[in-house]
Amino acid sequence: MDSITTAASVVAAGLAVGLGAIGPGIGQGSAAQGAVEGIARQPEAEGKIRGTLLLSFAFMESLTIYGLVVALVLLFANPFAG
Amino acid sequence: MGSLSFALPFAELEVGQHLYWQFGNFSIHGQVFMTSWLVIGALLALVVVGTKKMERDPRGVQNLLEFLWDYIRDLARTQIGEKVYRDWMPFIGTLFLFIFVSNWGGALVPWRLIHLPSGELGAPTADINTTVALALLVSLSYFYAGLSNKGLRYFEYYVHPTPIMLPFKIVEDFTKPLSLSFRLFGNILADELVVAVLVFLVPLVLPVPVMFLGLFTSAIQALIFATLAAYYIGEAVEEHH
Repeated sequence: MDSITTAASVVAAGLAVGLGAIGPGIGQGSAAQGAVEGIARQPEAEGKIRGTLLLSFAFMESLTIYGLVVALVLLFANPFAG
Repeated sequence: MGSLSFALPFAELEVGQHLYWQFGNFSIHGQVFMTSWLVIGALLALVVVGTKKMERDPRGVQNLLEFLWDYIRDLARTQIGEKVYRDWMPFIGTLFLFIFVSNWGGALVPWRLIHLPSGELGAPTADINTTVALALLVSLSYFYAGLSNKGLRYFEYYVHPTPIMLPFKIVEDFTKPLSLSFRLFGNILADELVVAVLVFLVPLVLPVPVMFLGLFTSAIQALIFATLAAYYIGEAVEEHH
């Protein structure tokens, strides 16, 4: 692979994970905020809230993971490697 | 680039290297097959041992199996609905247990002690082929569930609130297996990579909490895969009024 492709792939891999982490980060923050408010208002519902929160966390996290998959493809299985 | 490997005794990190088995015209990833067979064998042994001498008051393995049965039944019943959940419980349960034991097996068993000529043993779910196969099975089964329960009326689902939804629902049929497989694959591979990189940088103490976090996310991912599979099946068999 020529050096310009390598450089572009490495930069793109970094951007894919980095930018992909912004949205889910904000989303997880506001989800956690909602859960904490819910628990403060109704402590007896903690178990249910925790379960739902973890499940929705995993969904948000998978968005970053898609970015990670793209980064891994660029680093280890680059289709432009030639 | 192709593949990457560092050489420290317990901190090898290999991505994209596989133990290839030639099978006719296909070359298959042997290490994935070996670990999946081990997982299947472990699950079978557990179930056989647990159901051999069943008692009215469950003890030991039988107790564990009954707990799992309850857990999977609740999962299937809340997602699929009272009417047909019983038909799909074995499928959902198999998915959940296979993925769960694969994920934990990949993290807990010291596979690095066994040397392979190429590639390394690990969680079968850290290979994209396994997760795509599982996700396609889910796709097939929700089509089957919808068609066998409602016949051709299943396709009403595509135009359900309004016909405008038709293209989105068709695209959804393709994105469902895509996101199911990538979510599981990415999460498990990311867990393994993070632990491997940390072990490579700081071989002592520091990786342990990350390993626990990895165990936790692996368990959640198994739960999510099973829940989503059940939810898709439930969506397909649901009656619209």
